[in-house]
Amino acid sequence: MPLKSLSHPYQGYSYAFLDEAAKRELRRTILKSIAIPGYQVPYASREVPFARGWGTGGLQATLAIIGPKDSLKVIDQGDDDSVNAANLRRFITSMTGVSTTTDTQKASLIQSRHRIPEEILDTYQTLVLQVPMPEPLRSVEKSRAVAQQMHADADYGLMWLKLYEQMVRYSQITLGTGYPSLVHGRYVMDPSPIPRWDVPKLHQARHLTILSAGREKRLYAVPPFTEVRPLEFDDIPYRVEDQKDWHCGKTGLKSKFMNELPKDDGSSSYEISDSGYVEKYLRQKEGESIRFAKPYYDDDGKFYRDDVFRELKDD
Amino acid sequence: MNLSLEPITLEPPRLVLEKPLLEAHKLNIYYGKLHVVADVSLELYRAEVLGVVGESGSGKSTLLRLLNLQEDVDSGDYHLAIEGYKANNLFALDRFAKREVQTRHIGIVYQSPHLGLRMHASSSGNVAERLIIAGERRYSALREAAKSSLAASEFPLERMDDLPRKLSGGMQQRVQLAKAIALKPELLLLDEPTTGLDVSVQALVLDTLKRLQRELGIAMIIVSHDLGVIRTLADRIMVMRHGQVVELGLADQVLEDPQHPYTQQLVHAKL
Repeated sequence: MPLKSLSHPYQGYSYAFLDEAAKRELRRTILKSIAIPGYQVPYASREVPFARGWGTGGLQATLAIIGPKDSLKVIDQGDDDSVNAANLRRFITSMTGVSTTTDTQKASLIQSRHRIPEEILDTYQTLVLQVPMPEPLRSVEKSRAVAQQMHADADYGLMWLKLYEQMVRYSQITLGTGYPSLVHGRYVMDPSPIPRWDVPKLHQARHLTILSAGREKRLYAVPPFTEVRPLEFDDIPYRVEDQKDWHCGKTGLKSKFMNELPKDDGSSSYEISDSGYVEKYLRQKEGESIRFAKPYYDDDGKFYRDDVFRELKDD
Repeated sequence: MNLSLEPITLEPPRLVLEKPLLEAHKLNIYYGKLHVVADVSLELYRAEVLGVVGESGSGKSTLLRLLNLQEDVDSGDYHLAIEGYKANNLFALDRFAKREVQTRHIGIVYQSPHLGLRMHASSSGNVAERLIIAGERRYSALREAAKSSLAASEFPLERMDDLPRKLSGGMQQRVQLAKAIALKPELLLLDEPTTGLDVSVQALVLDTLKRLQRELGIAMIIVSHDLGVIRTLADRIMVMRHGQVVELGLADQVLEDPQHPYTQQLVHAKL
């Protein structure tokens, strides 16, 4: 028997681009981050053929856990078709041969930049979020060493002071994205720049969320069924973006997270940010039978929790 | 003559009955070979004001930082008669307990507001931060507490949301003071609180300090090189030189009849 028949055929790259040692390290990092929810685990961020800041962290996490049977969805700001998403999707499929989908329901692995889809994710699904700046304390403490000690001490007074200052100055909390949230009652995390609209989706979520920052070389996770509470004063409830009167121009739906499109006459039209959801909805309208999961928000803006839709502030 | 036959109950003076609030024994601290604080022991009773005087470099401020648990001691122990920590040598506490004692039981006012205040946060925010650390999570309560604390230190309330760097020196000191007393500490440490203020503002701040001390009954340690400030506030005076205590006594006693040659020099230079 010739030696050649016993070995693998030659491949230019190992499966999923990263070498086995790198994937092994990433998997161990992911396990650790799941074991300590919200804790930022450092890892050796490898070189990938993308520039830092274009989802290299999320990409590495995806490549480490993807398998041939996975079905992949890549989104960028809710959109399946934007350049960043298309590039990442093409790269991942060429390196792994997995099938891709734009249907949230059918995806087992979703890599996303800045959004969580509108349909409720389930236990069989994993969400990988690309994170530019993992350190929630950076805006209040410039030294990373000091910030690490503050995390160790659960000393988040400065974070609350920041909220207090915003209340004093603007009479409301003006943090738009990456709202600092307390995970499992222990670590405050920056949930990547997802809008406030998406933060409640992480609380007691059925899916696993992995947040990975390639440039900053840190990875953290929200395991399924974990407490994620946005920091809020007891007498000032957490608010999501007020888009009550916004209707999607394509579908006529409301109470989904919208993009605002400025028009020539100075007014605006709106469009649901989750393009996969729009696509499914339009196909269903044309008569196709489409399976939808329950949405996180119903048409009145009530949030789905414990089998019922309820006002977020009663949550 | 109508002599009452009721037996007279004699009570020993309060200072004999009461245990001191603060007891520090043989504190020593070295910076390399330099003996910055040498065998300093002191006691402080509730509602008492101790003035610490001495030239610059005599170890006054270092002593204050020690008492605020900001610095590690080389030897010595330190007890405060406060809830939960009565039996502890405070220097031996872990980081968390130290922070707890620092925020809840000790207030400090520095000479430079940059040391004591967060310059990017509003004045009321600086005061509220103390309450946040203590666990207050209601915005309205934070607001009220900051307001009452600032009012107590006679800060003009219409400026409570201004950044400290927009305030005058005297107001900055009042913000520091409000922050220090926000959680009603037992011990207030003042490190040259009025140095750098002009004389009239200095007098006003001293007035406030005196009133607060009377109303809240806080024990204070005030460090200054200015005997005038010490004379206005202190019940007792401790004179330090080269890290050692050279004289300790009642304020009048030390100022009117100084024993140590250095104290004599100091008092005469002033008067």
